[in-house]
Amino acid sequence: MAGIPFGHVLALSGILVALGVACATARRNLIMILLGVEIMLNGASIAFAAAALRWQQLEGQAFVLFIIAIAAAEVSVGLALIVHLYHRTGSLDPEKFNMLK
Amino acid sequence: MNLFNILFYSIALLIVVSTGLAVTRRNLVHAVIYLIMSFFGSAFVFYLFGAPFLAALMVIVYAGAIMILFLFIIMMLRVETPEEQLFPARQMWPAVAVAAGYLVVGALLAAHDPAAGAVLGPAQTEPAVFGAYVFRNTWLAVEVTSLLLLVALIGALFIGKRPTHESEE
Repeated sequence: MAGIPFGHVLALSGILVALGVACATARRNLIMILLGVEIMLNGASIAFAAAALRWQQLEGQAFVLFIIAIAAAEVSVGLALIVHLYHRTGSLDPEKFNMLK
Repeated sequence: MNLFNILFYSIALLIVVSTGLAVTRRNLVHAVIYLIMSFFGSAFVFYLFGAPFLAALMVIVYAGAIMILFLFIIMMLRVETPEEQLFPARQMWPAVAVAAGYLVVGALLAAHDPAAGAVLGPAQTEPAVFGAYVFRNTWLAVEVTSLLLLVALIGALFIGKRPTHESEE
């Protein structure tokens, strides 16, 4: 039997999203939180690419293209914010950022 | 079991293992390196699914640009977090709950989706066909994305600018 069942690919992307959620929720480091978001986006794009192959439509692949572009934008702004916060407080612990000022 | 299946399952195992290692590393540099391995695996999965252009983009943009940006920032900030308790119990519980919820929903979806049994075979999309599709059918999204990238560039420049006067603290 040639080929992979679609459910196995969905399982792979589900595992990736769960790992990303665990990383973004449990780690106490702003950089690891951003990395968790990246892992989640990666899992979602694998599901999109598999769906594009499953239904033989190119929309899924176009969606992956936009996911990659938006991840680049998100990372650039997020890292700039992290550097700014580090210069203000000297720490990357999210619990230190509890002042509005 | 043919070559397509063997390649997919071994690459999937590589992705899951390297992502799991990345999530649990205490050293941020090690985490980023493991994640680069995971993204290379994703690029290979895209190639298997017949999207060579996306595979190239994954290597160039994700592994090549985004992760290197992370490495630059980590090395620039000289973050030392030996006191960071990996997965403190207070945050472990919500993390496990949310991730387990995602896993259960994903497993149910994969098990009961009528489309889940469909078998994916090898295929190939020519990059020229894909490019023509993107610029013909989703041109508005391309424009909006380019505007978003411009806004992100300006925002990153504005935020990253060092303050001219130190705010009183």
